[in-house]
This record gives sequence, structure tokens and C-alpha cells, in this order.
Amino acid sequence: MNLDYSQFLVMREELSLLAVILILFVADLLFCPDKKSGKGIYNSPLPVILLSVMTLCNLIPCCGATDAEAFGGMYQYTPMMTIVKSVLNVGTLIVFLMANKWLSRPENLVKQGEFYMVTLFTLLGMYLMISSGHFLMFFIGLELASIPMCALVAFDKYRYESAEAAAKYILLALFSSALLLYGLSFIYGASGTLYFKDMFSQLPGDSLLTLVGMVLFISGMGFKISLVPFHLWTADTYEGAPTVVTAYLSVISKGAAAFVMLIVLGKVFDTAALVNEWRILLFWIIVASITLANLFAIRQTNLKRFMAFSAISQAGYLVLAIMPASAQGMTSLVYYLLVYLVANFGVFAVINVVEQNSGKLGISDYNGLYETNPKLAFLMTLSLFSLAGIPPFAGFFSKFFVFMAAFQEAKLLVFIALVNTIVSLYYYLLIVKAMYISKNDTPIASFRSDNYSRAALLLCTAGVVLLGIVGSVYTYIDGFSYIPSL
Amino acid sequence: MQSNFITMDFQYTLLILLLPFLSFLVLGICGKWLSHKVAGLIGTFTLGAVAVMSYYTAFVYFTADRLADGTFATFVPYNFEWLPFYIGNLHFDMGIMLDPITVMMLIVISTVSLMVHIYSFGYMHGERGFQRYYAFLSLFTMSMLGLVVATNIFQMYMFWELVGVCSYLLIGFYYTTAPAVSASKKAFIVTRFADLGFLVGILVFGYYTGSFSFDFTESATYAVGALHGVAPDCAKAVAAGGFILPTALFLMFLGGAGKSAMFPLHIWLPDAMEGPTPVSALIHAATMVVAGVFQVARMFPLWIQYAPETLHYVAWIGAFTAFYAAAVACAQSDIKRVLAFSTISQIAFMMVALGVCIPGHEATIDNHGSLGYMASMYHLFTHAMFKATLFLCAGCIIHAVHSNEMSAMGGMRKYMPVTNWTFLIATLAISGIPPFSGFFSKDEILAASFNYSPIMGWIMTGIAAMTAFYMFRVYFGIFWGTENKEYHEELRHHGHFGEAPLVMTAPLVFLTLFTVFMGWTLPGGFGAYVSATGTEYTIHLDPQIAITSVVIALVSIGLATYIYKGSSQPVAERMKATFPNLHQWAYHRFYIDEVYQFVTHRIIFAYISRPIAWFDRHIVDGTLNGLADGAHYIGEKIRPLQSGRVQQYAYVFFLGIVILFFILLI
Repeated sequence: MNLDYSQFLVMREELSLLAVILILFVADLLFCPDKKSGKGIYNSPLPVILLSVMTLCNLIPCCGATDAEAFGGMYQYTPMMTIVKSVLNVGTLIVFLMANKWLSRPENLVKQGEFYMVTLFTLLGMYLMISSGHFLMFFIGLELASIPMCALVAFDKYRYESAEAAAKYILLALFSSALLLYGLSFIYGASGTLYFKDMFSQLPGDSLLTLVGMVLFISGMGFKISLVPFHLWTADTYEGAPTVVTAYLSVISKGAAAFVMLIVLGKVFDTAALVNEWRILLFWIIVASITLANLFAIRQTNLKRFMAFSAISQAGYLVLAIMPASAQGMTSLVYYLLVYLVANFGVFAVINVVEQNSGKLGISDYNGLYETNPKLAFLMTLSLFSLAGIPPFAGFFSKFFVFMAAFQEAKLLVFIALVNTIVSLYYYLLIVKAMYISKNDTPIASFRSDNYSRAALLLCTAGVVLLGIVGSVYTYIDGFSYIPSL
Repeated sequence: MQSNFITMDFQYTLLILLLPFLSFLVLGICGKWLSHKVAGLIGTFTLGAVAVMSYYTAFVYFTADRLADGTFATFVPYNFEWLPFYIGNLHFDMGIMLDPITVMMLIVISTVSLMVHIYSFGYMHGERGFQRYYAFLSLFTMSMLGLVVATNIFQMYMFWELVGVCSYLLIGFYYTTAPAVSASKKAFIVTRFADLGFLVGILVFGYYTGSFSFDFTESATYAVGALHGVAPDCAKAVAAGGFILPTALFLMFLGGAGKSAMFPLHIWLPDAMEGPTPVSALIHAATMVVAGVFQVARMFPLWIQYAPETLHYVAWIGAFTAFYAAAVACAQSDIKRVLAFSTISQIAFMMVALGVCIPGHEATIDNHGSLGYMASMYHLFTHAMFKATLFLCAGCIIHAVHSNEMSAMGGMRKYMPVTNWTFLIATLAISGIPPFSGFFSKDEILAASFNYSPIMGWIMTGIAAMTAFYMFRVYFGIFWGTENKEYHEELRHHGHFGEAPLVMTAPLVFLTLFTVFMGWTLPGGFGAYVSATGTEYTIHLDPQIAITSVVIALVSIGLATYIYKGSSQPVAERMKATFPNLHQWAYHRFYIDEVYQFVTHRIIFAYISRPIAWFDRHIVDGTLNGLADGAHYIGEKIRPLQSGRVQQYAYVFFLGIVILFFILLI
């Protein structure tokens, strides 16, 4: 039998990303900066431009694209996936913009090509994970997304914390992968297939094998999304990893995993009994994630650690959108991801420039930031307000839509989440208070941030301010969403 | 095809909104780097462009062919969904709708605003915050234009609030003086309070009828790409309860009553005179304060069809306000305050005119029963022009004598001839003396009132006579009467005493031209452009009413001349002495402000606010503080969980899975 090569067209997003990676690879070989002089032309906007072009090219055809599958159902495509991938792309783009200053340090100058490529490889893994229609494909995507991630965490490998963070990350990632794989074997044992589309007709809903498989699957995904109780690596890894990588880790890998979890839970574990079971599991996981993370966040003194707990809590809200397993839930999840992305990157962009210019990361170091760097303080405040969900910023609307989607299925949970937003408001405002009100004898000196960081901040702030007001964004996403079981 | 073609022609109307907004942004953001002159020129030229476009729009609109049923087509060049409501089919739209009253308002707003922009060059010369002033003027103009071109009531509400904010900003322009600050707060709070009614009305209306659109009959012509408005389903609202539409409309009217200063929500307007005088002319006399009238006129088809009885409440509230304000105006000594109360009184005239409309056969609108609609819009138009003239004249005088009090004036006709003549013509117009525009519009209002009931007719005629009296009282007080010679001598000594510069007098003359000519030279009469049904309506002057009102006005003027023209005023003194209480009460505005003070401070603050504050401080804050302390405490206790040891992390991970599994099994 001849292979129908036109199937590759369905995978154009993955292929174009691969092309970007290859171009960067060749460019890295040819234009690698001179080690001695420390100068090179590679530290140019090349990755940013390529990624932007790729995002634009992929966004346009999705207007007319329809559902498709390739390679016997191993690969599946819906227009909504293009949206999710575009969101991830935009996020990666912002990360690249943020990374410029960090990568132009002398010790990173030689290996900056690696950063771009490794990052894009994890992105490719997430792409495959999102579009997979088969558990093996899904697992390969997952590993492709997590193993290079470890390299990223260890990017400052001569810094003790970075290496430690990477070691913790890879150990626990392997642990969770093993359990996930174990769970998949249970599922295969119960149903005799690994194709998502066959699974729901063949998976026995009352079998213990299915339940064990499901619990292990959820725990494996819970690790990626960093939900309680699979979250313990988060704070250490986020603190030790380079700030740019922390930003990437806190949004991009999380968002991709949450979307996949929605697809798989909705598609594979779709019988009424199973839906009920995983709703119970998610209920406790979400309650624990939001509440515990909030309690931990209040006590933090290091900003990156603080953001780690904030990310765990936000992940709880993200997973809340999975609960209804409806089209509305899918829309609200993607919208929440987009809004969370800009707000979180807004905060990280500020943390990053401050760190690059002053080396300070403690919350108390930010005391009096408003006096010395009023614009940065202001932009950070906007992003924090959005994270806390204060209207009229986008974060308010995204939380609102998630609550609205989940309300029918999980009234109590929505109520608990609402109470927790108030607690989260408290600790987000602690940062604002530090910047505006608290006095400091040695505040961070005034500095002028570089243009790349400015561009990143501009994108984030525009998103924070506009995404909520321009209601058509939500409606646009809504046009592509579907009930995951279909 | 024909109408579609014309709609395409109106695409530029978006610029009418965008240009002032851009000007606001430029002046607001870059203002501090611009010189006064450049800032003023930017604002003025933008407004000039807006005025040209508005006049062009009016020309094209009113010279286009009428539809088969004799009305002017309603065009919607833009309309798009801004926010969906997720309940039913409700959504908030933004767009531009052109119909006769909108086009008329475009003329009024752009004309007065342009004149004020030019005038302010002279009046605000050298003031601190000159750029800020022009930025706010631009923002105000944009908001007011957005309010009148709204395609739906929610858009109207948004711009309505924006207008309120601009008014707040401009009243408090001299924010270093205490009276300006408290006046701006007062204006904002009172109107905002009334707007609550408006918002509730909108929500009730939208909930029961399923639409916010102003396109009540779905007969408007939409441009390509514009979202079609859905007509409110009033039958559904009536089916849900006959009182719903009247209630909703009356609640909306409450908002209108706040903005248009109807009794008892009028208290903010006299204080609003703390703002710069050109602002008073623009906002608190000619444009913003008629927003309430415009709103009632906009919803008029629904009022007349579904709530004609409630509409009559509007008439009586208006009549009382007109009388009250006229009575107070007779006793004030601050010229801006007289003009403020005269504004309240005149707007009340417009409200009365709308309120006295009665439905024709089978609850439909006809031009005879709803003569008041046309009269109200006509008076709105003429009043805007002559009241702006009066305020700008007052500005010239205050500019010259540095005081608002009549005691500092007197005999000014010798020093300020242009101001004298323009003020006189505007005063004659407001008194209803032919051939000035005010005569024609006021006469229609009186005719409509008589049409409704003779009592209302006579009341309004009486108030018209009071208008003539107090206006001539202030005219003579300023330009004739007892001259404060010593003070004038002292002013002349310092220079700057005399006629205002050309940049200030030219707008006066231009606006006076409207007052002189808009009555009798308007081709076809005002009814040819605006009428209740939209069809052409020929204005007939009822000789009986016209002659009566003119005679009574002349008598009042004669009385005012007799009392106040001479250099000593024995009659006025004697009247004051004979009725000391009446004068005191009128001078203190019948103590309505004091009643408000009493209610808010003694009752609301003491018996409602204070317990709530206590509850908030001790119970609500206490609970939240307790929560926060508790969270802090638990946070400290669970800290060891995050030990940094990977083995322990994996252990917890595994334990988590076991627990989850047990949860499932239970």
C-alpha cells in the first residue's frame, strides 16, 4: 500500500515548526557568535521573526480549515487546536522577547542557539500532544515536551540552583511518566485499543482496570499542570530555573497539558459513570490546588517562588474549565489560558528585567519600586490585577467565563473558587503594596529596560487591557469550540 | 438602491466622533509640551471640521428625498456588536444612527461647541491648565455627539455617563478653589444618583422587550456590514404586565430629570456655575442639560403609545419646575445664577411640551396631538442658541468687571455696546417677542399646552410672562440701573475695562444671527424637518395665543422697565420691604438645598451610614482580618511540607494517587 503523502498537509503546523527549528539549527551553525570577541550576528531577531511568521501563516488558514485526521487516526486535527497552538506560539514569542537580554550575557552568548532550539522542541512536543489521536503518540509528545524542558531548567548549569532544579524536575518527571505509562497499560488492558476514538465504545466503565488507569492518567497530567498533590516540584524548580524558563514553564507547558487533559477526559473517559468518577477526582484536586497554593503563596519571600504558588492556584482555575466537559468549557479554558498567559508573562517580564538589571528577586527588594521605576511598577500592577481578576482587566472576564461554564456541573466548587479569589487578591495586592507603599532605604535603582523586554511588556499589557474589553475575542474562540466527546 | 447609496455617503460621520476624541488624546497626553496657542488651535480646528461635517450632514440629510410615507429615512451607517449579553438575544451595540432629531442635535452641539472653543481663546487667555481645558472640551463634545447618534439606549447610557464625567471635570476646573470642588462633586453625585433610575429602567426595558435598539419599527436603512437592530418587542412587555413599560420609561425619565435639572433634582445646576463661564454656556445651558429632553424625545414613540398617562406626570413635573425656577430667578443677584435658573425653567418648558402630547386615534402618533414634540425640539434648538449667547455675554461682562454680582455692574451699555445689543436680542428672544426665534418656539409650546388643557396653557403663559420679567430685570440690572461708578473707575484705572476682544464678541454676533433668523427665515418652518410622525408639518400661528403671550410679555417687560431701568429703584426697594419673607425665601431658593442637607446629614448619615460603617469596620473587616490571620497561621504550619527533598516529593505524589483512588472507591 502506498502512503498518501497529502496526509502530511494536515500536519502543516508541526511541519512548519520543524522547518523553523531546522532553519535556526543551520543559522546557529553558520552564524554562531565568535567565542573570543563575544560578538555575533546570531543574537538578532531571527527566531522572533521566524516564529512570528509561522504564527501568522498558521493563523490564517484556520479560517477555512475543517476537522481532519491523518495516519490512520494517530494524528487528529480540529480548528480549535490551531487556536491553542497559536496561543502557545504567541506565548513562546513573548518568552523569546524576554530572553534576549539574558541571552546576550557573556556566559550565554555562545549557547543561545540552543535555547531557541530546545524551547521550540518542547513546543513541538506539545503540538504533537495536542493533536494526538492515540495514546502512544500522546506519550511521545509528552516526553518530547518534558525532556528538553529539563535541559532548559538547567540552562545556567554552572549555577548551583539551576542544576538542582533540573535534577529535581527530571527525577519527578520520570517518576510521573512511569506512572502514567503504567496507567496507559491498564487502559490498554481494559479496552484492547489505544486509539481515542475507539476507546469510549470499548472501555468498560465499571472495571477496576479502567479506574486505576484513569487515576494514574490524571496524576500524570496533574504533574504537568502542577496540581496538588503532584505539585511539590514546582516551587523548587521555578525558583532555581532561569527566570525566562520559569515563565515558559508556568504557562506554556501547563496550558498545553490542560487542553490535552480536557480532550482526553472528554473523549476517552466519556461514559456517564466515568465522567462522574473523574469529576469527583477533579473536585478534590481543584479544591486542594487552589486553597493550598493560596495559603503557601501568602508566606513567600522570593518572587519566583511566589509566582510558582500563584501558578498552581491559577492551574486550579484552568482545570475548573474541564469540569463541565462542554463546548463552553473548552472556550473558557482556551480564553482563560490566553488571558493568564499575557498577565503572567506581564509579571515575569518585569521580574526578568529587574533581575537582569539588579539581580534582585525578593519581594522586599521591590519595596519602593514605584519611586524609582514607576512605569514598570505600573505595568506589573496591571498584570497582577488581571491575575487577581479585578475588572475591567481581562482576568476578571476569563474567571467569569470559567465560573459560568462550570457553574451547572459544580456549584459548590465554583463557590469555593470564588472565596479563594478573595484570598488571592490579598497576596497579589501584597506585591502592589510593596511597590507603591512600603518604604525602602536602598530601592532598586532606576534603569532603562531593553527594547525586546519593552516589546514583550507592550504585548502583555495590551493583552491585559484589551482582551477583556474586546468581547469579540471570546466569541471568536467560541466559534471553534466543540464538545470534546464528538 | 437609492437609500443604500446615501447610507454609503454617510460613512464619514464616524469622523465626527473620532476627530474630537483624537483631539482629546493629543491635548490630554501631549498637552504639557504644547503652547497655549497651539493647543487651542488644535481643539478649535478639529471642532471646525466637525461643524463643517455636521452642517454638510444636515444639508444632505434634509435635502434627500422623503420616503413614500412622507418621513425622512433613518440611516444607520455603522452598527456593530460590542458585547454580547448571553441572555436571550440581548447585546450592547455601538453605532451611528441619523434621524431628524439627531441631525438637528449635531447642528446644535457643533455650533455651540465651536463658538465656545473660539470664545475661550479670549476668556481663558493665560489661565493655568489651558490645554487641559481644551482637552476636556473636546472630550465633552465627543461624548455629547456620541450620545445623540447612539443606535441603542445602552450606547446612549454610556455616553451619557461620559458626558457626566466631563461636566464634573469642567465644573471642577478651578480645582484649587473650594466652591468649585464641592460644586463638581454635587453635580456628579446628584446626576449619578438619578442615573441609577436610568440604568434600572434600561435593564427592565431590555429584559422585557428583548432589545435596546432605537429602531422601534425596524424601518431604518442599514449600511452594508452594519448589524441590524431588533425592534423592542413591546407587545411581550405589555403581556407581562401593563405597568412594565410605563415604569421602565419613567425610571429612564428619572435619569433625564437629573441631567435636565427637573425639580427636585435641580440643585446641582446653579452650583455648576462655578466652572468657567464658556463651559456654563456649552454644558449647563445649551447642550448637556437638554440630554434629558432628548432622551424623552428619543423614546417618544413608546411613551405616546404605551405610557401616555405617565407622560402627563412629566408635564406636571415640568410645569412645577418651570414655575419654581422662574420664581427663584426673580430674586437672585448673581447674574450667572439668574441665567442658571432661567435655564432650568426653559428646559422645563421643553419637558412640558413633550409631556402634554396626547395620542391620536387608536393610540397612534399624529402631528396635531403631538404638536408638543415638535415644539419641544424647536425650543431646544432656539434656546440653545440664545442661551449660549446670554451666557457668553455674561462671560464678557464678568471678564470686564471680575464679579458675578449685579451690584458691581449697572450702566454697562456705555462700555460694552456689542455685548449690550446681543444680550438685548437674546433677552427679547427668551421673552418671546417676535420676530426673534424664541417667540416662534415658545408660541408652539403654549399652543400645545392649550391643546392639552386650558389650565396648563394659562400656567405656562404666566410663567412665560415671569420669564420676560426676570430677564429684563437682569438686563436692566447689568446695562442700565444704578452704576457702580467708583468700582468702574477703579477698574479702568487698572486697564482692561471695556468691550471684550473680537475673539469673544464674534461668537456672540454669530449666535445672535441664529436667534434673529431661525424663527421666520427657516424654509418651510421647523415642522418641515422635525415632527412627531416625521412627516412634513406646517406650523400655524394661532393668533389668539400669539397675541396673548406677546401682550403679556410686553406688560412684564414694561413692568421690569418701570421698576429696574432708572438709576434709583424705589419700587424694587419698596417691594422688598413689603414682602420680606417672600423675597428671602426666593433668594434662598426656597431652602431646597437646606432640605437636602438636612436629609443627607441629619438622617442618612446619622441613622443609616453610621451603623453601616460600624458594621463594615467591625463585622466585615473583622471577619476578613480573621480569615487573613487564619490563612497566615495555616500557611506557617504547613510550611514543612515543602521541604526540598525529592524523595519526600515522590512519596507525597504516590500518596496522592492512593488517596485519590480511595476517594473513588468510597
